Amino acid sequence: MEMKTGTYSYLPPLTPAQIRGQVRHIVAAGWIPAVEHCAPADAPGAYWSMWKLPLFGVQEPDVVLAELDACRAANPAHLVRVLGYDPKRQTLGLAFVTHR
Amino acid sequence: MTATLPAKMYQAGVHPYAATYWDPGYRPADTDLLACFKVVAQEGVPREEAAAAIAAESSTGTWTTVWTDLLTDLDHYKGRAYRIEDVPGDTPAFYAFVAYPLDLFEEGSVVNVLTSLAGNVFGFKAIRSLRLEDVRFPLAFVLTCGGPPNGIRVERDKLDKYGRPLLGCTIKPKLGLSARNYGRAVYECLRGGLDFTKDDENINSQPFMRWRDRYEAVAKAIRQAEAETGERKGHYLNVTAGTVEDMFERAEFARELDMPIIMHDYLTAGFTAHASLANWARRNGMLLHVHRALHAVLDRNPRHGIHFRVLTKALRLAGGDHLHSGTVVGKLEGDRQATLGWIDLMRESFVAEDRSRGIFFDQHFGHMPGVFPVASGGIHVGHVPALVDIFGDDSVLQFGGGTLGHPWGNAAGATANRVAVEACVLARNAGQNLDRDGAEILRAAAGHSPELEAALQTWGDVRFEFDVVDKIDQA
Repeated sequence: MEMKTGTYSYLPPLTPAQIRGQVRHIVAAGWIPAVEHCAPADAPGAYWSMWKLPLFGVQEPDVVLAELDACRAANPAHLVRVLGYDPKRQTLGLAFVTHR
Repeated sequence: MTATLPAKMYQAGVHPYAATYWDPGYRPADTDLLACFKVVAQEGVPREEAAAAIAAESSTGTWTTVWTDLLTDLDHYKGRAYRIEDVPGDTPAFYAFVAYPLDLFEEGSVVNVLTSLAGNVFGFKAIRSLRLEDVRFPLAFVLTCGGPPNGIRVERDKLDKYGRPLLGCTIKPKLGLSARNYGRAVYECLRGGLDFTKDDENINSQPFMRWRDRYEAVAKAIRQAEAETGERKGHYLNVTAGTVEDMFERAEFARELDMPIIMHDYLTAGFTAHASLANWARRNGMLLHVHRALHAVLDRNPRHGIHFRVLTKALRLAGGDHLHSGTVVGKLEGDRQATLGWIDLMRESFVAEDRSRGIFFDQHFGHMPGVFPVASGGIHVGHVPALVDIFGDDSVLQFGGGTLGHPWGNAAGATANRVAVEACVLARNAGQNLDRDGAEILRAAAGHSPELEAALQTWGDVRFEFDVVDKIDQA
């Protein structure tokens, strides 16, 4: 059975346009986008590696997409995901894998 | 010169309640506990007298004067009926608002509050019917209560699941499966994509499946599903039992098995047992799912009983991480506006008075964590767009028949539900309107999920369209 990796892992891989839509949602909600990566075998329940600091102040979805692609290029065997830090509620508003 | 107050004289006998307990000029203090009752008085009983009688009998008063009244400062301790309003659309009924001083209640004891407010007064002969519509717990009281053992935010961190409703399923048939077959049903649901499965509330420890055997079978199913999917899974292990000792023995064993969540029926078991279990769960980092058997006995009659919003507040204070809330769209009763009101009471730290949702008072919860509302009862994939729209991400959507009844079995049913929820969340986040475009979103998702396609063919058109018995009062 295929390992699952959180929200949207039961949908087909998201297209760049779909990822843009979700990032727009993160930014519009006032959340902070962030990129992380991890080897698939270590992924469940672990702290993943941060790809740079969270992207404070970034509003443009394409900037986030470029970071996701750069992260994947540097870690080709890793899962890559985007998070939306919700600083008000001290939780993640959203977290999903973009590269499997 | 010192002024001397006239001494109160003891006058034995029966006096109108209103003389002492009706105080329309009273301005409630922030520390008062406020209650709104819906009252139908016996014919010939004036509203003010009926309201005062409720205030009296639920606080310091009794039917006659007693000499010991003069040994205390009644003005400090008495409840006061301070306002009366018509009930829209129900002519003989009226709302009576009562303010109780904080000193009347033991700190941290929901039991004490309910024993006073929902006690003898409900059997009072001068009142035909009585319903406790809402209670404003002052923040000073709220913060003496334990509250949810973990809360929504901590639960998400424990489960590592963000940005979508959680998914559950009650295992059926609810009675009669052996532990081994039960574990199989759990495993199939969880490997298919659900986050949780659930003991039916009727499952305690019957001869066909003793609790210890069930816990072990379920633990095995969870470990296997977690290993296969890489996701954290849980099963609400029902610890409801005939005695508190048995309840704790079951909870302890769930912890020994490293299970993340247990469940309890808070009304049939009682608030004392429940609050103790919530405290245990808080000390042990155990999630606590709360079922509400008995609630409809108390809350469904529009004129008599205790409204569910009061039972909701009481549970949040006594402690629980999940609470069944109704679905609006499924097989069980639940007015949409009223449901929106009480799910706010589960999750928000402040809820403002809003009569259109049946909220009679501003309610502060301070730093007390929130409770996940659980939508369960006759829901299926076709309802998912409406459920995501109504309940939002911080909810648990529970499909029992809607998972197990899938033509290809539990795992396929679980996958269909997970795909439907993820597709709806994705679309909503991208700006689509679930109310309008829901059916189309599901159809598109079914294009890449044969499990969802089969589920939609089975249940797509099933609706439960019955009139609601208990609606928001309106003219």
